[in-house]
Amino acid sequence: MKVCVLAEVAHHRILPVTYELLTRALGLASPGEIGALVVSGGVPEEEYEKLGAAGADEIIAYEAPWLERFRPEPYTAALQAMVAEFKPEIVLGGATSTGRTWLPYAAMKMHTGLTADCTELSIEEGSGLLLQTRPAIGGNIMATIKTPHHRPQMATIRPRSTRPATPQAGRRGRLHRREALPAWQQSGLTELSFTPIDETQELSSAERVVVVGRGIKKPENLGMVRELAQLLGAAIGATREVVDRGWLPYSCQIGLSGRTITPELYVGVGVSGAIQHLAGMQTSKRIVAVNTDSEAQIFSLADVGIVGDLLEVVPALNARLRAGGAL
Amino acid sequence: MRLAVLIKQVPDTRSVQMDETTGTVVRKSSDAILNPLDAYALRAALLVKDAAPGSTVTALSMGPASAEKALREVLALGADDAVLVCDRACAGSDTWATAVVLSAALQKHGPFDLVVTGERATDGDTGQVGPEVAARLNLSLATFVDEVSVNEEGLEVERKVETGLERWRLRLPALISVTKAIGEIGLPTLAGKMAARRREIPITTAADLGLDPATIGLKGSPTRVVKIFYPTLARKGRQYRVVDEASLADSVEAMAKYMAEVSAV
Ligand SMILES: Cc1cc2nc3c(=O)[nH]c(=O)nc-3n(C[C@H](O)[C@H](O)[C@H](O)COP(=O)(O)OP(=O)(O)OC[C@H]3O[C@@H](n4cnc5c(N)ncnc54)[C@H](O)[C@@H]3O)c2cc1C
Ligand SMILES: Nc1ncnc2c1ncn2[C@@H]1O[C@H](COP(=O)(O)O)[C@@H](O)[C@H]1O
Repeated sequence: MKVCVLAEVAHHRILPVTYELLTRALGLASPGEIGALVVSGGVPEEEYEKLGAAGADEIIAYEAPWLERFRPEPYTAALQAMVAEFKPEIVLGGATSTGRTWLPYAAMKMHTGLTADCTELSIEEGSGLLLQTRPAIGGNIMATIKTPHHRPQMATIRPRSTRPATPQAGRRGRLHRREALPAWQQSGLTELSFTPIDETQELSSAERVVVVGRGIKKPENLGMVRELAQLLGAAIGATREVVDRGWLPYSCQIGLSGRTITPELYVGVGVSGAIQHLAGMQTSKRIVAVNTDSEAQIFSLADVGIVGDLLEVVPALNARLRAGGAL
Repeated sequence: MRLAVLIKQVPDTRSVQMDETTGTVVRKSSDAILNPLDAYALRAALLVKDAAPGSTVTALSMGPASAEKALREVLALGADDAVLVCDRACAGSDTWATAVVLSAALQKHGPFDLVVTGERATDGDTGQVGPEVAARLNLSLATFVDEVSVNEEGLEVERKVETGLERWRLRLPALISVTKAIGEIGLPTLAGKMAARRREIPITTAADLGLDPATIGLKGSPTRVVKIFYPTLARKGRQYRVVDEASLADSVEAMAKYMAEVSAV
């Protein structure tokens, strides 16, 4: 097996990030060489079929009630067993809270390298090694990293930095059910409670995000931005300047010391585009911005920019969107 | 309880300058600071210490001699003692090798009941060192912790993940990485600063830790940086300028059309 992706599961469904990893795998390997490891409390058979249709040739499944929620020790035991049996050259996980815990824990146990939060992957000509590219030093630079001598080569991939693979008619994977050994239940963690999704987390996975910067001037002006977000069906984010002033909660902060977002559409109003902010949003698919300063750095990233006063532009845009009907 | 916090000194990304030709960080142009996210690790450790009287908090760092400055900062903020692992043999360590060194140092200066790390260091930005140390030392592990408390049964933590809010009990010894939600630590007092300045910070070398130089530093690192380059920021974007009513209407029209196109995809 050349590439194995680590599936993520919640509420008995395989999450979209898994299909994004499959897109990456399809870019690195040929059909027949791709695997997916699914560790879960159990998922319906169709979920495995869908994974096969989307590109996984071998699907390795571990199911047990005690695998419902991620814990480092049992998940790593399953990963190690999969690696021992299928010997993938490359293992890819999402740069999610699970992936960013599971993969480093496993990398140490397997004595191999791991590259965090990659935004680009390719295969080096000649050596066939995985080239992993990621932003570093607050997005000031991009670094390309490889793991020459240790196996598997492992990376976590920034969520939403690529499109999910779609199921193809007629394509199927082979399902390998494997037993999760009782000994794997040994864990230092005991679950006390779980409360599904809260609103602040939605920002990380929102398709559209409207981000407010200090150009908003005072919290009273947030109303027009909220309206814009509502018209676009977007979540609201903020720069640190706005959060530090207490105009929006910390959970809204986008950037180096806040959240990373990769939405389809990023709308920045009154945002200068400081490097620490860009670190959390530069992999957004489309970027539009409104700023009075034509030299603002955000414009160097923007697909469409309006040099103008947001207090004028945003209400006009809202009126136009209202008139134009739903997007 | 014996608590350890892992502290890293990082270049200040506000003033960081890059060498255009080599693509490396120009060290002197950027002041080195305490990784801002590690202040929350200290804060979490101090919260646990308050709840478990008699506890001590040891700050531990691997880095150049200058990293002593970051350790003095956490001493001033309330850590009880500090240890610096400083050795040429450690230079160029990736997260794997860093975790090997820090694990050995935790064993030598421990045993510790709880190790606390920051969510990630703002330079490398990986957040891998904590989980790797936990794996190396077989510690119970919880990452992205935004609330922590202790009782007779052990440690209780809360973590917010993409799908919901989790609460876990951790058996000790354990390692946690904490987020900003832990809360602010405040500023050091003058007395704290004065005392920290006078403190002796012992230096530990790789040999003291019994580490084979081949397993640490650049040599012992499974990963290699092969290329460093600048992100290409410039997209070929369209720009509209608002100067009057008409240009306002035109700009807004263009923006709305673009948004509609995007949504149709
Ligand atoms: C270690 C560290 C970590 C950091 N982490 C983060 C982080 O996670 N996230 C983050 O965002 N920042 C972070 N920062 C701060 C960052 O450096 C910037 O200070 C911040 O992003 C700037 O926010 P801003 O764009 O809202 O404000 P400013 O830079 O003040 O920009 C405001 C913009 O609004 C424009 N404007 C003013 N009036 C109007 C108007 N009427 N209409 C339209 N435009 C207008 C101005 O031209 C200007 O470009 C961090 C800094 C450090 C040192
Ligand atoms: N050289 C180091 N010395 C001490 N602690 C470190 C070092 N590198 C990383 N850490 C700890 O590990 C956390 C995550 O760092 P990183 O994996 O580099 O993003 C940091 O917040 C620190 O708590």
